[in-house]
Amino acid sequence: MPDTRNRAVIRMDEVVKTYGDFYALKGVSLDVMAGERVVVCGPSGSGKSTLIRCINQLEKHDSGTIDVDGLRLDGTKASLESIRQNVGMVFQQFNLFPHLSVLDNLTLGPMRSRGLSREKAVALAHRYLERVRIPEQAMKMPRQLSGGQQQRVAIARALCMEPRIMLFDEPTSALDPETIGEVLDTMVELAETGMTMVCVTHEMGFARRVADRMVFMDHGEIVEVAAPEPFFTAPESNRAQDFLRRLLSH
Amino acid sequence: MSVCEEISHPQTSAARSRGLRGSALLFLACLFLLTGCSDEWGWYVVDPSTKSGAVNLKFLLQGYWYTLALSLTAIAISVVVGLLVALPGLSSSPWLRGISRVYVELVRAVPILVMILWVYYGLPQMAGISLSVFWAGVIALALSDSAFEAEIFRAGIQSIDKGQYEASHSIALSYTDTMRYVILPQAIRRILPALGNQFIYMLKMSSLVSVIGMQELTRKANELVVTEYRPLEIYTVLVLEYLVLILVVSALVRWLERRLA
Repeated sequence: MPDTRNRAVIRMDEVVKTYGDFYALKGVSLDVMAGERVVVCGPSGSGKSTLIRCINQLEKHDSGTIDVDGLRLDGTKASLESIRQNVGMVFQQFNLFPHLSVLDNLTLGPMRSRGLSREKAVALAHRYLERVRIPEQAMKMPRQLSGGQQQRVAIARALCMEPRIMLFDEPTSALDPETIGEVLDTMVELAETGMTMVCVTHEMGFARRVADRMVFMDHGEIVEVAAPEPFFTAPESNRAQDFLRRLLSH
Repeated sequence: MSVCEEISHPQTSAARSRGLRGSALLFLACLFLLTGCSDEWGWYVVDPSTKSGAVNLKFLLQGYWYTLALSLTAIAISVVVGLLVALPGLSSSPWLRGISRVYVELVRAVPILVMILWVYYGLPQMAGISLSVFWAGVIALALSDSAFEAEIFRAGIQSIDKGQYEASHSIALSYTDTMRYVILPQAIRRILPALGNQFIYMLKMSSLVSVIGMQELTRKANELVVTEYRPLEIYTVLVLEYLVLILVVSALVRWLERRLA
């Protein structure tokens, strides 16, 4: 039997992404195993958001290769389709559809891109609203919810696609401090189900709790990859030391 | 100075509709005063209590049918064409953007009256088809308006945050589904005031189709003036006809805006 636990579901090799003259990613290589939780951190402008946006091809990389679930991302329609079916994404700004109820936000993807019946999609939506602990909000409009609730709806919306991989792009950075906890709790619970997760976040408490590996980026490069304990207690690189000192000093 | 200040202050919608009703009343009051204190007026020509006056009035009011049919058909077509022109204008392909741009610039540059004359007299000869006055009018108005609708749609679609596209991509929606379920419903809500404005403009521009003989409000009035020779009263009725029509449409647009808000 193949060892699925150790199979790389995301394989990035020498990935380069430029915006004009600016190198956002300068040849980044990273493997993520099935069921692994990877936390990406680094100063702003370090390329961490670009990294995960390349994984579901919201940004097209210029060179290098990315394979997700054994499929080469080559910009073809088929690869894009497959990637978006299998990779869920949670955004910093939630990006809920403001004109649709919570329920309709959740059923749109399953009905239109997975071809589920309305009945099945609604059942699925209720199951995941239950999972993120806001089943009573199904009929509300996004603007009637708090930031933390909106982000949990966004997580449920991504889960309704039943993805194999979940990407989080600074999911708590736009939240009021008092609602950050509820979103992190949801993410911890998700991690406990064995979901493969790549999270860009500055929540170091969360990182310590769930991360299998820490990836530290700076200036478009991966500077350091380490298990959380050694990373937080004794980071090897000077840049990671500086970053952690600044992060923890306030 | 005080007028400028009033204009620059944002009004509530209730205040605005009060203002609208107020100005209509003021207009009617002025008219009433004018007719009362001048010997120049001869309202008998459209006085519904006399037989000839009632016939004349009915003749004028019949124009509503064509004005409405023409404007509604034209706006329906121009909204669809406008959207079909706007979407390629937002594409990443320079070719598609170019085609959209050329259409807008070309069509927008032709005065509506010229467009009506060209479509009615020129197009049948060029294409070897015959067009009724009604359809010539519809095509000319729809064509002219579609360029403006396209610009309104483009602005509306561009105003939607790119996060909405990214969220749609992340749940694997196709381009068509993204537009249909996510982008357009939000864009249309935002451009409703502009669409309403354009609709009112079209209602007024439909008067130009009278030049090719369409029996709409303006043509009816013109014909009656020729036989009755009372331009003052008949054109005043015409002004009132448009005023009533546009106040009603304006109220409908506001109602729709509130409902979709």
